[in-house]
Amino acid sequence: MKEFLYIKGKKIRKICLRYLGDIILLGAALLMCFPILLLLTGVVKSTGELKDGLAPILGIGEGRIHWNLLPLYPTGEHLMDILLFKPQFHVVFWNSMKITACILAGQLFLAAPMAWGFARFSFPGKKVIFTLYVILMLMPFQVMMLPSYLILNAMDILDTHMAVILPAMCSTLPVFLMYQGFASIPKECIEAAQIDGADNWQVFMHLGLPLGSGGILSAMVLGYLEYWNMLEQPMTFLKTTAKFPLSLFLPQISMEQAGMVLAASLIMLVPAMFVFFAGQDYLEQGIAVSGLKG
Amino acid sequence: MKSGRKWNCILQSKWTFMVPSLTGTFVFAVLPFLEVLRRSLWDEKKNFFSVVNYANLWENEAYRLAVKNTVKFVGVCIPLLLVLSLALALGLFQSRWMKFLKSALLLPMAVPTAVVVFVWKLIFFKEGFLNMFLGLFSLKPVDWLGGEAAFFVLVISYIWKNMGYTMVLWLAAMAAIPKEMLEAAKVDGSNGIQSIHFMVLPSLKPAFYTITIVSFLNSFKVFREAYLVAGSYPPKTMYLLQHLFNNWFINLELGKISAGGVTMAVVFVFVTLLLQRMWDKPE
Repeated sequence: MKEFLYIKGKKIRKICLRYLGDIILLGAALLMCFPILLLLTGVVKSTGELKDGLAPILGIGEGRIHWNLLPLYPTGEHLMDILLFKPQFHVVFWNSMKITACILAGQLFLAAPMAWGFARFSFPGKKVIFTLYVILMLMPFQVMMLPSYLILNAMDILDTHMAVILPAMCSTLPVFLMYQGFASIPKECIEAAQIDGADNWQVFMHLGLPLGSGGILSAMVLGYLEYWNMLEQPMTFLKTTAKFPLSLFLPQISMEQAGMVLAASLIMLVPAMFVFFAGQDYLEQGIAVSGLKG
Repeated sequence: MKSGRKWNCILQSKWTFMVPSLTGTFVFAVLPFLEVLRRSLWDEKKNFFSVVNYANLWENEAYRLAVKNTVKFVGVCIPLLLVLSLALALGLFQSRWMKFLKSALLLPMAVPTAVVVFVWKLIFFKEGFLNMFLGLFSLKPVDWLGGEAAFFVLVISYIWKNMGYTMVLWLAAMAAIPKEMLEAAKVDGSNGIQSIHFMVLPSLKPAFYTITIVSFLNSFKVFREAYLVAGSYPPKTMYLLQHLFNNWFINLELGKISAGGVTMAVVFVFVTLLLQRMWDKPE
C-alpha cells in the first residue's frame, strides 16, 4: 500500500510537472497576444466609453485609465465611420497595398532568376558576388539611407511611390531565400530535363519554379510582413501626406480620436494576419533558412 | 532567321537570368554607396583623403550618445532574448500543443508596429496597465515614456516582436537533432532535464552563434518602435543611431551622415563575414 501511494505520488508529481511546462507556455502566449486583445476589445467600445476610460491620457481627467475587457455597449460605429466617411483613409490604405504589391512583384521578377543563377550556374566572381549579396541583405537602413537618397535624387523620383518601391525591389534578401529553395532541387532532375532537350528557360520555368516554390513563397510572406510595416523608407523619401502608406498615416491621428485609431489599426492588422495564418509554414521555413542556412 | 538565332542565343545565356538583378543592385546599392564613401573622405576645402569627417563624428556628442545607447541596447537585449526564447523553445519542443502555441508566440512578428502604438501607450502610460500591474505588488509607478525607464520600453518592444522569430530559429536547430539519439537516452533512463543538459544544449552550439548574429542584425530595426512611441526627439535613453541620422538628414549634414554610414557599414561587413564563416564551417 505504501509503495503504491509512493508510486502514485510520483506519478502525480510527474503529471503536474508535465502540465506545468505547458501552462507556463500558455501564459507566455497569452502575454504576447495581450496587446492584440486590447485592440480587439477597444474597437467595439463606444466613443463615450473610450473617452471616459482614457481621460487621464487625454489630459482631461485624473487617476487611472479604465479598460473593461468586455465593452459596456458593443458598437461598430468606428469601423463604419472609417470605412464610409473617411476617404483619406482609403487613399492611404491603397497606397500601402500598391507599394507592397509592386515591391513583391518586382522582387519576384528580379530575385527568382538571380537566385536560379546562383544555384545552378557557375560564373566568374560568383563567390564574391554572393558575399556582396549577403552583406547587402543584412545592411540596416541607416547605412543605405544616404546612398538611396543620392540615387533617387539623381533620378528625380523623390516624393513618388517609385522612390520607395525601386530600392526595396532590388533588396537581396529574397534572392537568398529563393536560392535555398532552388539549391535543394536534385541535380539529376535537371540533367534529365536537359538531356530531353529543354533549354535554360524551360528548365527554370517548368522545373525550377514549381520545385523551388517553397523558397519563393517564404520570400513573399516574409516580404509582405516587412513591407506592410515599412516605416523608415517612406518617412525619408515621401513628403506629400496624400502619398503616405498606412504605417506613416496611423501615428498621425491624435489620441483624441481613439476610436478612429483603433479602427484603422484593426484594418491594418487584418491583411497581415491573413498572410500570417495562410503562410505560416512558409514563414517558419523562411525564418529557419535566414538564420541557419537551410 | 540568323538574327532570330542570335537573339535566342542571348536569351538562353546564363547572364540573361542575372543581369536584371545585378543591374538593380549596382544602381541602387553599390554605386551610390561608393559615392558616399568618396564623400565621407572629402572635406569642405575639397581635399581628397582627409579624415576630418570621421574626426568630427567622434567629437560629436549626439553621435556618442546614440552609439552608447545602441551598444547598451544590444548588450541588454540579446542575452535576454536568447535565454528567454531558448527556454520557450525547449518547452515547446516537448509540448503537445506545439502547433498552437507556436502560432501564438510567433504572432507579434506579423503585427505592424503602427498598429500597436496605441496599445503601447495604454500599457506604458504613467497611469497605464503596467503600472497598475506593478501596483498590485505595491511597487512605485514608473514614468515609462518619460525618463530613464524609456529604455525598457524599447527592450520590451524588441523582445515582444522578436521572441517568436528567435524561438523558431532554435526549434529549427532542435529539429536537426536525430530523434534516435534522444530516444536512446530515454531508454537508458535519462530524464527530461538530463537529456536537455547533455544532448540538446551541446548540439545547439553552432546554432547559438548564428542566432546571436541574426538577433544583432535585427536589433537595428527597433527604431520603428522608438519613433512611433516617442517621435523624432525621444527621451535621452531612447536616442538611437537612426534618430541621429534623421536629424542630420533634415539639416543636410551630408559629411557627417556619410562618415557615420561608412563606419556602420564597416561594422556590419565585419559581422556578416563572421556569420558567413559560421555557415561555411562543416558541422
